[in-house]
Amino acid sequence: MKKIVIILLALMSTNTFAIDTLEFDTSAQRVQFQVLTEELRCPKCQNQNIADSNAPIAIDLRNEVHRMILEGNNEDQVIDFMVERYGDFVVYKPKFDTSTYLLWLGPAFIAFLGFIIVLVTARKKRLPASRTASENELSQEEKKQLNTILSEKEKV
Amino acid sequence: MKRALLFLPLLVAAVIGVVLFWGLGNDPTKLESARIDDPVPAFSLPSLQDPSKLFSEEEFKGKVALLNVWATWCPSCRVEHPYLLKIAKEYGVPVIGLNYKDDRQAAKQWLIKLDDPYLFNIFDEKGRLGLDLGVYGAPETYIVDSEGIVRYRHVGVVDDRVWKTILEPRVKQYTNEG
Repeated sequence: MKKIVIILLALMSTNTFAIDTLEFDTSAQRVQFQVLTEELRCPKCQNQNIADSNAPIAIDLRNEVHRMILEGNNEDQVIDFMVERYGDFVVYKPKFDTSTYLLWLGPAFIAFLGFIIVLVTARKKRLPASRTASENELSQEEKKQLNTILSEKEKV
Repeated sequence: MKRALLFLPLLVAAVIGVVLFWGLGNDPTKLESARIDDPVPAFSLPSLQDPSKLFSEEEFKGKVALLNVWATWCPSCRVEHPYLLKIAKEYGVPVIGLNYKDDRQAAKQWLIKLDDPYLFNIFDEKGRLGLDLGVYGAPETYIVDSEGIVRYRHVGVVDDRVWKTILEPRVKQYTNEG
């Protein structure tokens, strides 16, 4: 029983990388490969990165990343290569440019807007409290009116 | 002024509603090609029919053509095959084939059995040109203008509706421009 549990746990703990038999010259390259394949999105199976996916296109892209790393390209070069071919879609973290600025700045802008609204409403709420006590009291005239209204109600 | 402000949330909700409603009609699996308005990437690949004959990106110059990415392992390619025949033979639009990651013999058999709509076929066994074009699944059909510039990509089966509403107007437009 214990053995089965251990085996099951071992199975669960293995990460979901689709393992290819790719060789690297240095462990730094291996790390670079892992980082890149997790950052690149598979164009076919859209909610998986290319490390995760077994679609043929993901395998091709992994091989391409592997080739480029072995040829000494840095991460930016690999990302640029992919974006040139597959568009901004393939990167989970799109570059900041004219078409993506809304995506990057939108949340901060909306948070800022919310902050302003909170500030303005909080200020408005505070105003009535600052009225003087005499302003809150009814004048003689008003008291009379109030009494007539109340007595009329009672009659009905 | 204050009353008008009360309508602001309604307005915001309406705008968001319109944007989201518009998004409903979009198919997220159809990506716009990153190659639109770029020249066909440089390549040198053999002909499907004759391994000794090499094609390059120069083949795309001089006429508006469709570039159809297909393979025998792709069931949707079989579905669209009759339409490609119709486009090539009835409508007279040149269709260039990119045989993508396929088996040469199987592909040749396919063309004998189902008839051949293609002007010629580029044999891209390793998917190199496919990768450079940003192909992520067959079938894909590109419109390439007479300068050899990629103008449009359709992902998925080409049928009567796709041809009439999407491809034909664009082919006509680029033919008239060129």
